[in-house]
Amino acid sequence: MARAAIPGGLTWRPAIVAATRVETATARTLVLDVDGWTGHLPGQHIDVRLTAPDGYTAQRSYSISSAPEPGRLEVTVQAVTDGEVSPYLVDVAGPGDQLEIRGPLGGWFVRRPADPRPALLIGGGSGVAPLVSMVRAATAPTRLLYSTRSPSDELFRADLAAAAAADDARVAVTHVYTRVAPPGWPNPPRRLDADTLARVAWPHDANVVAFVCGPTAFVETVADLLVDTGHNPANIRTERFGPSRG
Amino acid sequence: MSVITRGFGGRRRDDADLPPGQYRTDDFPVLSAGPTPRIGLDKWELTVVTEIGERTTWSWPEFTALPADETTVDIHCVTHWSKFGTRWRGVSIDTLLADVESSAEYVVAHSYGGYTTNIPLEDLLDGQAWVAYEFDGEPLVPVHGGPARLLVPHLYFWKSAKWLRALELRLDDDPGFWETAGYHNYGDPWREQRYRAD
Repeated sequence: MARAAIPGGLTWRPAIVAATRVETATARTLVLDVDGWTGHLPGQHIDVRLTAPDGYTAQRSYSISSAPEPGRLEVTVQAVTDGEVSPYLVDVAGPGDQLEIRGPLGGWFVRRPADPRPALLIGGGSGVAPLVSMVRAATAPTRLLYSTRSPSDELFRADLAAAAAADDARVAVTHVYTRVAPPGWPNPPRRLDADTLARVAWPHDANVVAFVCGPTAFVETVADLLVDTGHNPANIRTERFGPSRG
Repeated sequence: MSVITRGFGGRRRDDADLPPGQYRTDDFPVLSAGPTPRIGLDKWELTVVTEIGERTTWSWPEFTALPADETTVDIHCVTHWSKFGTRWRGVSIDTLLADVESSAEYVVAHSYGGYTTNIPLEDLLDGQAWVAYEFDGEPLVPVHGGPARLLVPHLYFWKSAKWLRALELRLDDDPGFWETAGYHNYGDPWREQRYRAD
């Protein structure tokens, strides 16, 4: 099991909000400039620390959604109802604001650029964020299956459409809508099931590596489906989050 | 404190029981690296193996016939959530090791599915750690580590290995899955030992 080590001496570093992009009514991408940032492996996350004027601090972890790049990274934040940090990042933070980060973190849920194996990426809700970093950096064949409740909850719409439309056909994107489908969509809204997975996934013997990220119930269902259809559990990497990622 | 974040107030709570950098949650999030292994109770075994290879193995009926404790503890995940007052039932490590001869100082916990984590033996003794098989009065479900998981509440929760299969007693330390991926070797939440150099 090859893993990326976290570099030693992970200190907090100032980050400046360079720009923000609206993704949905309740989600936003923050572009952060970080002096000395050398990039990351797709799938990794950062810890974010906010400090109030009286010294009170709060920390959360957020996946990096951008492609690796020196000096800059992006996180995509879904506001959690009654959350403490995410509503600030989605509704308040703006260009020029400062916070602190450390990372990149996480050495398991990572897609190495040199890995030649096809990658099957399956994301539920905002769990798609680290997978989008993998899509943007993809060099090997990559299929993304993205499950959202409705088109109005869909993150990265333009970016994913552009990635899927690239001439080299390296990246394929399939959407599943669980509550409301877009007008004219061929399938009624439904949860990701074995049929859809079978349509999108490569055969289990194709030496595929699978990355599954989303809420716990989603990840449990998808990982079980993959195992049931013959995928080697050792080639399925998961990242889960509960509803309390405030 | 060099960087102040404009416009951030925070929702402070006077929580003396909350370690630094943590926030309190009332649900039970899940963190694991791969699919959830399903282990049938008829196949389940727990093994203690010493530094000279002596093995003690319990089947499920044997294990659940051992004296068990009820314990209510706070748990702290390195991903920043803490959950207060979680109620478990399990067999203390003191009970499991009562008849085991060993001069080991370290333990590696091995899970069904291949996960490992390392802990100093003294952190598992004297009523500090259990192999738990009930949560909140119910059998421990697979997604939270059932049939049985290690419970070491005074360390970050990745040390509380889910789907526990074996405890390997060792003379030397042998960093486990997250510990070799850059996470802290010991993982004390009160000293905020999240990553290797913390």
